[in-house]
Amino acid sequence: MKSVADLKRGQKSIITEISTDHLPLKLLEMGCLPGNTVEVVEIAQVKDPIYLNINDTFLAIRLETAKYIFVDKD
Amino acid sequence: MRQINVALVGNPNTGKSSVFNRLTGLNQKIGNYPGITIEKKEGVCKLSRLLKAYILDLPGTYSLNASSLDENVVIELLLNKNDKDYPDVVVVVSDIENLKRNLLLFTQIKDLGLPCILAINMADRMDRKGISIDIPKLEEKLKTKIALISARKNMGFDKLKELITNYKQLSTDSCCDASKIDKEYFHELKDTFPNQNIYKLWLIITQDVNFGNLNRNKVEEKKQQSLRTKSDSEIKRLQQKEIIARYIFINDTLKVTLKKDLNAAKGLRASLDQILMHKFWGYIIFAIILLLIFQVIYDWSAYPMDFIDQSFASLSEWLKNTLPAGQFTNLITEGIIPGVGGIVIFIPQIAFLFLFISILEESGYMSRVVFLTDRIMKKFGLSGKSIVPLVSGTACAIPAVMASRNIENWKERLITILVIPFTTCSARLPVYLIIISLVIPDETVLGIFNYQALTLLMLYFLGFGMAFFSAWLLSKILKSSFKSYFVVEMPNYKVPILKNVGITVYEKTKSFVIGAGKIILAISVVLWFLASYGPNDKFDNAEKYVSQNIQNENIELSEEEFSTQLASYKLRHSYIGYMGKSIEPIVQPLGYDWKIGIAIITSFAAREVFVGSLATIYSVGSENEETIKNRMTQEINPVSGGKIFNLASGISLLLFYAFALQCMSTLAVVKRETNTWKWPMLQLVIMSVFAYIVSLIAYQILK
Repeated sequence: MKSVADLKRGQKSIITEISTDHLPLKLLEMGCLPGNTVEVVEIAQVKDPIYLNINDTFLAIRLETAKYIFVDKD
Repeated sequence: MRQINVALVGNPNTGKSSVFNRLTGLNQKIGNYPGITIEKKEGVCKLSRLLKAYILDLPGTYSLNASSLDENVVIELLLNKNDKDYPDVVVVVSDIENLKRNLLLFTQIKDLGLPCILAINMADRMDRKGISIDIPKLEEKLKTKIALISARKNMGFDKLKELITNYKQLSTDSCCDASKIDKEYFHELKDTFPNQNIYKLWLIITQDVNFGNLNRNKVEEKKQQSLRTKSDSEIKRLQQKEIIARYIFINDTLKVTLKKDLNAAKGLRASLDQILMHKFWGYIIFAIILLLIFQVIYDWSAYPMDFIDQSFASLSEWLKNTLPAGQFTNLITEGIIPGVGGIVIFIPQIAFLFLFISILEESGYMSRVVFLTDRIMKKFGLSGKSIVPLVSGTACAIPAVMASRNIENWKERLITILVIPFTTCSARLPVYLIIISLVIPDETVLGIFNYQALTLLMLYFLGFGMAFFSAWLLSKILKSSFKSYFVVEMPNYKVPILKNVGITVYEKTKSFVIGAGKIILAISVVLWFLASYGPNDKFDNAEKYVSQNIQNENIELSEEEFSTQLASYKLRHSYIGYMGKSIEPIVQPLGYDWKIGIAIITSFAAREVFVGSLATIYSVGSENEETIKNRMTQEINPVSGGKIFNLASGISLLLFYAFALQCMSTLAVVKRETNTWKWPMLQLVIMSVFAYIVSLIAYQILK
């Protein structure tokens, strides 16, 4: 399955599934939930951290966290 | 006058502090919550002639599911009816552009059955962002009263105050019932504890915090008798369900009450981010900003600092001539006034640093800095936010330690505070310069690099290297009860509100002067006492002894020469002098004599005192660097018979000053920031022992 970690800068997708056990509740509270859109705004050096726009909330997470947010293929 | 408690709650970056500043003005007090180092901001707002509101600005939080000590504070207060600060009414501050996310916290607090007002901040941006809200309908859906406000434009505060005044009319019903996520479970819960608020019970089960009278274990115990228990994983799944349920409610509510014109301008964020977070230019810009901050606290603040220094010196001089001579006058002119001067002298640096930091925070740039530097810093157990304190530590550790307050994660904050004193602060510079010029040859290598300059550069690198190494080590040793996840909101860019910046600078400076100042003053007076009194006759009748010596040696001295001889003699026979002599066996293996020992003890007041103390001991009379240097080169090591300041002892001394924590002001400020003597004492002991060992090894190898 494709995750947010696989998206390139500027790519948009829809969150299909999240691995609750590996994600902090805070991220869910900020709108990282299945069905919401996610866009990769910027990626830092060596792909870490990643700057996202999830449903108009702008936030940065580390690569290790991004791997557990699964997205639609395209 | 009647008084009510008002709690301000809200997500970070909603301008909650600006709202607090508007409501209370300078009627505020910043302290700590008992036992922990979370800033407690409280203030008073007069609502009418008969009613006064005591306002508590709680730490920003995204929800009532705590993931840091700051967030615990919020839950502990809202769940503990016996707390003296327990609110009569809660004001939830939200931001017009992030209303959806902000409402999550609102619906949770509403479930606790507290009277709740929703204050929607930044309402002045509605037109520009193409947002319109049906307020009466939203009030009805959320079962609350709403105030549209703008802290920046000072809009809507009369309405907010009116709502607070009439808080008794607010509904305490919940607007989004959380119990529907597992009806059966919540039903059982309700049956077991019929007198408790059901959402409160749920929070007690899910959160690891103190709740005063209603203890978590008690709930667990009773629950086990009558209820099935849930595993951690099950609970987390339920929490996820709760969040989804709340978002469904919020989305449905906003669908019928909020309209957003998607064509409205949103260009600023995108274009600024593109430059400021660029893989190359982002770092260049950040480096320039750091350089500017460094320049200001290092260079510009030198002018006010010199002015303060001179003013206190002349004040002391003037009082000495005006007041009747005696011990009391000496205490004032040599102990207290220089002590107070030693506190005031830091004010320019602290004020300048916080001016910059609060501008960086307010503008939203600080989150971008975290993004840029996190990757490197996390390897050493630090946060992206540690970079500013560490770099400003190169000017002075005092404001740097205070700057680490902006790091939310307690472990990362503590590590940052603990390693800051390793960075080469400006007070080390005079010591470095004089020793380098004494022991390092003024020659060039490879035609361009000067040995002396290279040594200085090495010392700077050594400071940073040690800071990062010990940070890494500490991150392995220190335990943290919270699993640290990295989720950083990237707030909108905003022009900083001048009033907020002003209040931050004022409050930080005040907290330094009051919190750390009294410790600095106390130690200064102690040091003064040790240097101005002696245990025996040789100190008390120093004049007699010095004149005798001079007569014995048959030399003629001018009055000035006599008084420098006298000062030197007195210092040698003061308590501090004897302390220096008694530590001689300890410092001898490092290549020092008792004179350097005295200078090391006195430089505990501040490192730069080292040079002045040596001048007094060698009775040079002037603080002219060349004169002192000439005198220092003549000093003979009593053990080896060679020069005391040679390459081996010089390097050893440089290393000692690089690693030892010889700064009482740093200790005082670390005590102030960590709320305990444990950390500064550990810092003092470990750094001193380490400095000693390194210097010992260096001297023994090079000798």
